[in-house]
Amino acid sequence: MNNCYQPDIETAPREQIKAWQDERLVRTVKHVYDHVEYYRNKMKAIGLEPGDIKSTEDLYKLPFMSKDDLREAYPYGLLAMPLKDCVRIQSTSGTTGKRVVAFYTQNDIDMWDECCARALVAAGATPEDVVHVSYGYGLFTGGAGFNGGSHKLGSLTLPMSSGNTDRQIQFMTDLHSTILCCTPSYAAYLAETICERGLQDQIDLKAGIFGAEAWSEEMRHDIEDKLGIKAYDIYGLTEISGPGVSYECQEQDGMHINEDNFIAETIDPKTGKPVPDGEKGELVFTSITKEAFPLIRYRTKDICILNNEPCACGRTFKRMSKPLGRSDDMLIVKGVNVFPSQIETVLMNEGYPANYLITVTRENNSDKIELQVEITNEMFSDELSEVSKREKKLVNALKSMLGIYVDVRLVAPKTIERSEGKAKRVIDKRNI
Amino acid sequence: MEVKQISVFLENKPGMLTEFAKILQKNDISMKALCLAETPEYGVLRIIVDDNYKIATVLKDEGYVYRVTPVLAAVIPDKPGSLVKILDVLAANDINLEYTYAFITREKDEAYIIIRVQDTEKANKVFREAGIKLLSQDEIDKM
Repeated sequence: MNNCYQPDIETAPREQIKAWQDERLVRTVKHVYDHVEYYRNKMKAIGLEPGDIKSTEDLYKLPFMSKDDLREAYPYGLLAMPLKDCVRIQSTSGTTGKRVVAFYTQNDIDMWDECCARALVAAGATPEDVVHVSYGYGLFTGGAGFNGGSHKLGSLTLPMSSGNTDRQIQFMTDLHSTILCCTPSYAAYLAETICERGLQDQIDLKAGIFGAEAWSEEMRHDIEDKLGIKAYDIYGLTEISGPGVSYECQEQDGMHINEDNFIAETIDPKTGKPVPDGEKGELVFTSITKEAFPLIRYRTKDICILNNEPCACGRTFKRMSKPLGRSDDMLIVKGVNVFPSQIETVLMNEGYPANYLITVTRENNSDKIELQVEITNEMFSDELSEVSKREKKLVNALKSMLGIYVDVRLVAPKTIERSEGKAKRVIDKRNI
Repeated sequence: MEVKQISVFLENKPGMLTEFAKILQKNDISMKALCLAETPEYGVLRIIVDDNYKIATVLKDEGYVYRVTPVLAAVIPDKPGSLVKILDVLAANDINLEYTYAFITREKDEAYIIIRVQDTEKANKVFREAGIKLLSQDEIDKM
């Protein structure tokens, strides 16, 4: 079985992939040098010229990019095409509340859609399928990416967006959805609800593609059993394009990186030195076909293992493991990126002390985030309604910063542990 | 004529009230009345004590979050229907009751109602006009 959306590309000989990468890297470096002052300055600062980059062997010479660069250049500082050629933005949260904004030309959208179409076909989708997209639509890349991929493939696309489980299930049964795309935690929740209501027989799903957050093999088996489907993982990030940077095939053994569009490296997060395939390192991506917002050596902060062994599916694209952790303090809660510094900003804005503790748990396959904050005399009142009003204001401020509900818990002063050095701000109890 | 109530933030978990009560014991502070309002996460302990200066100092030293709130302590006969009179006066003057709790002493045939309203001054005035007796802080301290 060898179901590929673009077999010529997805199963191309390694030499061919290398040739594409060499040529496209050289072109991209010249493109950003010519059109983006930020890159030009960064390269000039280390005496690098576009001519110094002749192939992927020279990749290591290029400076890294990080979320800090994106913040500094926000919003237009990294745009490599005139605005008239850009057709879309997508966005994700940044480290201190400033969002990351990525731009797309129509070609960029087409490339991204193609990547998602490859993921869908790898999961068994055909133009006859009904693709049920329960990722959020809007600035988040989940909905837009799968919507585009499904269109490209020619499947019937259900732009459900997230939430409203009753309606999700009704459409799923009435319209006979066959491919489900959503976060793994929402898939698990849907599966549970469907089983509770005894609707398994009315569900025609055959596969699901679940990404944007970490999930375990146990969770995969649980969803597969409950819904009677095959569950596939997918990886992506807004900075690089969105979902579909890499995708799982029927072997379910690592995600194939769309190497005709992205060069993946793993590095030692401390030294920045390359780490060989097969060993843990921080994943770094270079987009080599993007026009509006190409990123060179972008540090994802995700710790991964790259695998260059041939895959039984026939695809020749290198595979990456699930992210095994982070090299920074970013948390992914309900598919949303959460930085402790964002929470700190909200606390300061709302007049709370910056001493806090974040606890993330997973109950019934759904993430929960609790924030303990020490109450102060100023915030306290003899009336419960006053205290809870203030608490609610904080919850709302957090929701508007992070996009998710945070369970705020007011605790007595000096009960949150203070340490001499770096305070322990986050406890992640999820076993994933 | 108002009295001071001490409101204390307590987390809603085992042992918190014990810990607090022990601090009063250690410092020889006597509680006249107590009322605990709670949510699943925290509680607000409202107390009337015999030495407000001392308790404020102690709570500050012990790191408690607390607030001193003015409340009224009305004196009523300890028999059915007494409370109605007080509530009628408040309602007739359009004063909203935030919360209330009661206590009695051994010596007298009287009950005492702690009343928290937004406008303490106005309530004070209407009670006086209705002939309802209010306790002073001094009287509480000597009880």
